[in-house]
Amino acid sequence: MNPITKFLDELQEVSLLLWNAFTGLFRSPRYPGEILRQMDLIGVGSLPIVLLTGFFTGGVLVLQTFPTLQYYGIHNESGRSVATSLIRELGPVLTALMVAGRIGSAISAELGSMVVSQQIDAMRALGADPIKKLVAPRLLALIFMLPLLTVAADIFGILGGATVASYIFDQDINVFVTSVRNGISTEDILGGVIKPFFFGLVLAGLACHKGLSTTGGTVGVGRSTINAVVLSSIWVIIFDFFLAKALQSILGVGVI
Amino acid sequence: MFSSTDTERVDLADEILEPTDLEDAVDEPKRTLDAIEFRDVHLAFDDQKVLDGVSFTVRRGETKIILGRSGGGKSTAIRLILGLLKPDSGQILIDGVDITDFTEEEMMEVRQKIGMVFQEGALFDSLSVYENVAYRLREQGVIDEDEIQAEVERMLRFVDLEDAIDKMPDELSGGMRRRVGIARALVGDPEIVLFDEPTAGLDPPTARTICELAIKLRDLHDVSSIFVTHEMNNVRYLSSEYATVNNQGEVLYEKEGEKLCLINTEVIMLRHGQIVFSGSDEKLRTSKDAYIQRFIHGK
Repeated sequence: MNPITKFLDELQEVSLLLWNAFTGLFRSPRYPGEILRQMDLIGVGSLPIVLLTGFFTGGVLVLQTFPTLQYYGIHNESGRSVATSLIRELGPVLTALMVAGRIGSAISAELGSMVVSQQIDAMRALGADPIKKLVAPRLLALIFMLPLLTVAADIFGILGGATVASYIFDQDINVFVTSVRNGISTEDILGGVIKPFFFGLVLAGLACHKGLSTTGGTVGVGRSTINAVVLSSIWVIIFDFFLAKALQSILGVGVI
Repeated sequence: MFSSTDTERVDLADEILEPTDLEDAVDEPKRTLDAIEFRDVHLAFDDQKVLDGVSFTVRRGETKIILGRSGGGKSTAIRLILGLLKPDSGQILIDGVDITDFTEEEMMEVRQKIGMVFQEGALFDSLSVYENVAYRLREQGVIDEDEIQAEVERMLRFVDLEDAIDKMPDELSGGMRRRVGIARALVGDPEIVLFDEPTAGLDPPTARTICELAIKLRDLHDVSSIFVTHEMNNVRYLSSEYATVNNQGEVLYEKEGEKLCLINTEVIMLRHGQIVFSGSDEKLRTSKDAYIQRFIHGK
């Protein structure tokens, strides 16, 4: 199969999987317990790494940009620079990448193991629909939890930036906070929450698809897991570009 | 090691069909329909033919043993019955109803009357034995925990694994996993049970226990079944022994002979996706076909 046909084939399969999972949410039986469990696993479970990533990213942004801003005499705007970078770009993308590494791999490995040990077939034989039971809760959990994790990463990123500005560059914390408040708009925040919603779709679609299409025993599970993480990360970055462009056009985010 | 005269106690009320049930069953109009029918079924993966014009029937209360070497299409045949795969052409009928073109949702109803025992048990790793066996009931929306517990205990008693109810699958031996798999497949008292190499990799006494469960289902519960295997020992057990109950409520496994001749078990052999033999075990053993003789003698 040539690469373009293969790409279109996979795109169709991922889209169909997401559509079936989405429509499955409106048909009984529903699995609220499983949805909550996945939200806990994805949301609460990923919180520590997302907060750490956010905090140190905000910190390093100020560490690297403050001297340059000082050179131009606009170091009072360091809060603005870190807040806009984080809320528009780094918060959503880094959070999605961290979650892709932690959750995308886990989903793919779990579903892949279930496929090779015939648990998916057993599930169908026992009258359960694996898409409704396994894919739909993970999809819902990802598209709800990723925006919340992103907001948490943004807040901790700004905190990290404030800490560096205050303790390393002796900037008054009120100056930093004022700069942050002046620097971000409602559109920035809205854009920063819309992006992770789509990233959640990408992560859920790819991780579940790769897991459920596993072949070749335990070696196949490893292959599916790697593919899920690599493809999710690449597609998050590609999607980010197009989403940023779309948000610029629709909401005017980043347009001066 | 079990012998044909080994016995086990069963709870009559739970385990055995009352004589009246059997009489009713004989009068059932559905009894004249074959439980499973394959009509010229073809299936290929890419260029490789897996099933090539396969036709056979499984009558009500009959056990059909599908024999063949690995890759011969045996497991594929039973995956088709459950609708886990779709044939390229041909028809598959369950209780006289053509299910070939059934949607996944329509198949959900058909699957309610079919139990499937997978090769390695296919137990859900994250669920206890209790939850594994209760799985179908929970999917059917049964919420009365007492009812679920009673059914789970009944099924585990059938496979003699009541003590393992709270264990996790990774705490079970291979044979116990298969027996839990059988208990899980029997929840809801399915009319058809499909065994996909349930004795593969098991020691002979445990394999014998699994075969006895299949015999018990066939002879005491009127279950139609397909038993996929490549082991001749299984063929010998299933086609030459039958289960009966004595006055004390004990299940006895006896060899066919002067008293009774088994006609409810037949063998088909698949080779390269085609049926190369169909008939009784006696006919199989006396076949002059070189391939069949090599297979029987494990060559």
